[in-house]
Amino acid sequence: MAHTIAGLPLWAQLINLLAAVLLLLAFAMLAQRRVLSLIDLFAAQGLALACSTAIVAFATAQPHLYASAGITLVLKVGLLPWLLHHLIRKLDVRWDVEGLINIPTTMLIGIVLVVFSFNLAVPISQLSNTVTRSTLGIATASVMLSFLMMITRRKAIPQVIGFLSMENGLFFAATSATYGMPLVVELGIALDVLIGMLIFGVFFFQIREQFDSLDLKHFEKLKEESHL
Amino acid sequence: MTPTGFLSQLLQLAIALLLAPLLLGWVNQCRAWLQNKSAPPLLLPYRMIRKLFHKDAVIAENASPIFRTMPYIIFGAMALAAAIVPSLATDLPFGQAADAIALVGLFALARVFIALAAMDIGTAFGSMGARREMFVGFLAEPALLMVLFTASLISGSTSLPTIVDTLAHREIAIYPSLAFAGVAFTMVSLAENARIPIDNPATHLELTMIHEAMILEYSARHLALIEWASALKLFNYSCIGLALFLPFGIAQGSDDWLAILGATPVLAAKLAAGGFGLALIETFSAKVRIFRAPEFLGTAFLLAVLGMLVNLLLGS
Repeated sequence: MAHTIAGLPLWAQLINLLAAVLLLLAFAMLAQRRVLSLIDLFAAQGLALACSTAIVAFATAQPHLYASAGITLVLKVGLLPWLLHHLIRKLDVRWDVEGLINIPTTMLIGIVLVVFSFNLAVPISQLSNTVTRSTLGIATASVMLSFLMMITRRKAIPQVIGFLSMENGLFFAATSATYGMPLVVELGIALDVLIGMLIFGVFFFQIREQFDSLDLKHFEKLKEESHL
Repeated sequence: MTPTGFLSQLLQLAIALLLAPLLLGWVNQCRAWLQNKSAPPLLLPYRMIRKLFHKDAVIAENASPIFRTMPYIIFGAMALAAAIVPSLATDLPFGQAADAIALVGLFALARVFIALAAMDIGTAFGSMGARREMFVGFLAEPALLMVLFTASLISGSTSLPTIVDTLAHREIAIYPSLAFAGVAFTMVSLAENARIPIDNPATHLELTMIHEAMILEYSARHLALIEWASALKLFNYSCIGLALFLPFGIAQGSDDWLAILGATPVLAAKLAAGGFGLALIETFSAKVRIFRAPEFLGTAFLLAVLGMLVNLLLGS
């Protein structure tokens, strides 16, 4: 084996553990049937992300990463889940999530994606010289799994949660592979996500007003009618 | 094979045979406590086995030899597995004879024979139970193999004594892959031992039982052996889990009597804690529909594969 875990410092081991937790949560979101549990899982993913960022901040003594961990905590564990809960109450859409493909098949596709992204990440992570570079594969896999979730879900809200969790994966890639981006960039991304969420919220209402449902298959019908 | 090694092997086998019904009684007692019921006596499984051995066996007229020999085969398979699993010491003669994959094969052998015997009589319940058992088995087996492969990847060998030696002597580090494998193994053990999310060991409700449906036609000494074998199976799975994920306190050689004697109370304490954990899981979860079993075991398989992949990627 090329490298063993025992040689790593404790904080790097903790990052590895949190990376594994992140991957597990991505799979849990993929398998989850209920919208409300999906939001809780998203919040848990945010918490794992904030913890890993704080650990990287502590280990590499970069104070601005503490700020970014704080932003993650407030935004992804507090504000965004609260907004989503609020939206679901307003829209009264507490039904089970319907997938296009059944769940065991989705999980198997997920495993294939994980293998693919692990292979993809190995040569890239060689370019980095950080201790935790091997977690880049897990970050890529989380992004892929969020993509898969957006593809397989029919309703608008799970798709948006998939989009948000994709950003989680990207953020984790940034902290683990390069020890974080400049604070300005992170602030910008955080603001983007927040504004994006608000716009999505408005969209939800518009979509429902138009079609009496949040099922995105109605969009396809609209397209056919325009051809006539 | 040294004489002391042989004696330690016998000691481990004897302890497994004697402790297995006690573990079952302990799990039942814990579960009764947790559910606010008055607990059955701790020694009830022994009494039941003794009672059954004193009764006369009734066998269906059209039963074939498979039906008659099945209890002996599965009891033999489980006893052999108990000798292979390094529960007390790692360097035992039988432990070297078979590796983890052969052990899974041994469990599969027992499963095939119990399903064959259930179909042999031709009753509806037997065939239904056999079909369901094979259904659960074919989903559980790959997950179990994946768990064992994860442990093998870490130690570089599929031989159980080597795995346990490596895991017990590694440097203290966080192994996410072992955590995944541990959860997956727990789920597989629940399914394989006919425990609550998949099967309910305490019920004889016709439409939901799996294991009980297969052994409905058995009586007396045959039933006693089957019950004993089920207890041994639970004991074996617990010991594999403890050996892989809590390998501390297992004696490293077969010649050191003191170490083996010291390992016995450690094993008993770990089993007691494990049994309580099992009762806790059974209290907190409800039996799932049979068609949800693929999802449950699919999750176990997924966790095991993730453990292996994470192990390959992180080297941990």
